[in-house]
Amino acid sequence: MATAKKDRSLLVVSYTAIMVLLKMTVFTGTGLFDTFAFILLFLSLFFATDHSIVQPWARRLVVGGVLFVVMPVIGIGNTFYLDVVTQVAIYAVLALGLNIVVGFAGLLDLGFVAFFAVGAYFWAIVGSTQGNEIFGGGFPLPADMFFLATIVSIGLAALAGVLLGLPVLRLRGDYLAMVTLGFGEVIRVLANNLDKPVNITNGPQGITSIGQPLTEVAAALASPAVAEFKWQALIYYGLVLLALGGALVVNKRLDASKIGRAWIAIREDEIAAQAMGIPLVHTKLIAFATGASFAGAMGALYAAKQTFVSPESFDFNQSIGILAMIVFGGLGSIRGAITGAALVTILNLQVLKALSTGLNNLRSSGYEILGFNFADIPSQFEPSKYERLIFGVILVAMMLYRPRGLVPAERGTLVADEAELGTGKENAR
Amino acid sequence: MTYSDILMLLPVTLADGLVLGLVYATIALGYSMVYGVLGLINFAHSEIFMVGAIVSVEVMTYAFVGSDLHPIIQIAVAMVCAATVSGTLAVAAERIAYRPLRIRKAPFLAPLITAIGISLFLQDAVRFIESLFGQFIRPFPSIPFFDQQIPLTANDTISYKSVTILVIAGTMLLTLNYLVQHTKLGKAIRAVALDRKAASLMGVNVDRIIMITFLIGGILAGVAGVLYALQFGRVDPFTGFIPGLKAFTAAVLGGIGSIPGAMLGGVILGILEVLIGTYAPIFTNNVIGTEYKDIFAFGILIIILIFKPTGLLGRSTTEKV
Repeated sequence: MATAKKDRSLLVVSYTAIMVLLKMTVFTGTGLFDTFAFILLFLSLFFATDHSIVQPWARRLVVGGVLFVVMPVIGIGNTFYLDVVTQVAIYAVLALGLNIVVGFAGLLDLGFVAFFAVGAYFWAIVGSTQGNEIFGGGFPLPADMFFLATIVSIGLAALAGVLLGLPVLRLRGDYLAMVTLGFGEVIRVLANNLDKPVNITNGPQGITSIGQPLTEVAAALASPAVAEFKWQALIYYGLVLLALGGALVVNKRLDASKIGRAWIAIREDEIAAQAMGIPLVHTKLIAFATGASFAGAMGALYAAKQTFVSPESFDFNQSIGILAMIVFGGLGSIRGAITGAALVTILNLQVLKALSTGLNNLRSSGYEILGFNFADIPSQFEPSKYERLIFGVILVAMMLYRPRGLVPAERGTLVADEAELGTGKENAR
Repeated sequence: MTYSDILMLLPVTLADGLVLGLVYATIALGYSMVYGVLGLINFAHSEIFMVGAIVSVEVMTYAFVGSDLHPIIQIAVAMVCAATVSGTLAVAAERIAYRPLRIRKAPFLAPLITAIGISLFLQDAVRFIESLFGQFIRPFPSIPFFDQQIPLTANDTISYKSVTILVIAGTMLLTLNYLVQHTKLGKAIRAVALDRKAASLMGVNVDRIIMITFLIGGILAGVAGVLYALQFGRVDPFTGFIPGLKAFTAAVLGGIGSIPGAMLGGVILGILEVLIGTYAPIFTNNVIGTEYKDIFAFGILIIILIFKPTGLLGRSTTEKV
């Protein structure tokens, strides 16, 4: 067993090495094959984090090497990839947050992006001149305040979660789903219309020129070889990795803690959990607020990274996208949430975009087959417009055929082991 | 604006509210009946309603523009088509998204997630089909017949359109009430809602009754779609969301699972919404604009859930093991 694991560890390490070499020497551009090579390289992270096949040394080598050495180097050469990885990591943190709510506690939240919006709008308002419209003067706050503002964003999002959860969490779960669905819409309508009587959100135009943190560091590091904007992208990459690391630790610790067990108990059987002395509303509220706070933190970071927020960034598609990520990866599974986030983000950002570009090329070529001119293909065929369709199919197909996701949560197998020992009832799903 | 001006707006506002309320009530019944029988919210219901609206617009556009048929007959044909498509879709959704999970006794979360999936799928599929033929925002063809006015009070009139909607929705609601309260099928539906296992022991084919419930809900949603398209004159693949949410609010307001409750909730919500939409901008000098009326309905939902989750006519239930 041990030797097999060692062999597989070596295999994963050599796979990673080959992919890194290929990506850095042959497929350096952003074409179809380059994208494919990038995805294959990304896949090494997935293999390396599988505890059952890889030894710790190999895991540390591959994850550390790819995240801290290879990605920055590729990113400096081509910031597009750095942007993709940063997006993946942002969504991974969001997915980890939603995973606490839906995966651990079994509360279906369909308006998760609303909390993301709370965080984003908070930094957008205090980090730009928009704050003057509300408080009179003194804005934007210095960019160094970003980190403090992120903490406030976390608190605000958690507060929003508690306020929304309080009336609904006493009731059956499907009420929660419907109310969060409505709340997502409410936040969007508010963001769109709160430009009068006091201009808080600047309405549909959104808020622009939002302050970026650590710009002076990027400026100081700038050189002819590596321009300032590349350093800024690297700084965001670092910040996002930091956030992802933090989110991972929090998720893992919560999963193993008393409250984590209480969440799972509530998810599996509310009445039994209550009979065991778990305070239902209290425990659910903590789950809801914790999930929301993850979104709040990422919101602030997102606002700073984009330097622009508008109501459109926070529509229903985003909430559903994050839900699709965790359903895809496996509800309640930490590794699954990250895998799902990576798959859906890369699908959206790279695969669909590449297919759309391909279709557009086909259309502009004007070839004719059997009397049908490719130029007549309606623009609605563009694959990048099928987000909802794809999310819908993911949700239905996964629930019907693979309800535990691509990377099932480990706790289920733990219960099954107990059943083998004869100490517990067989209740692994 | 003087008090007399404000009062003058009242009859028209109330009539509009009643029309809107009956449309909500027709949709709300679908939510309420499925909830009564299965104990879950059918998230795909708003899209089934949307499909009905789209079908009616297409039928009116492609079959009847320039036709000499009486407009009432045109609407009737559109209604039959919309009800057929929506009913079929509702049954299909039950087959695909709910039944397999029910048989497998999947966890509580699973049917909610599949229903959301079906709903997203329908939105994009309809958008795709519609945009193959051009724009996906579809105008309802204007029919001069429905714009004629009947005097209501000394100063106000009500359009043929509103009267048509009132009559159709009212008939649907009364028929449904008769069906559920006074027929054998209705008795079976009520039995399944009360206790699925006991009903099946008494010889009720539970799966068939659940299918029929979805069918009835779908037909009602289809008819509501026609009425909505007639009233607002414009539909697109994303039309279903807001009316769906409001109809759900109406169902909760009246007491989810209760059929008279859904009707009452719909009418109350419709009237309140139009009252707020008309008077809030007047009383607050346009600070609170009409666009807040969606939020307002949502606020009502939260308030009911805090103070009276069982709704006006619902009965309280205790969770059993």
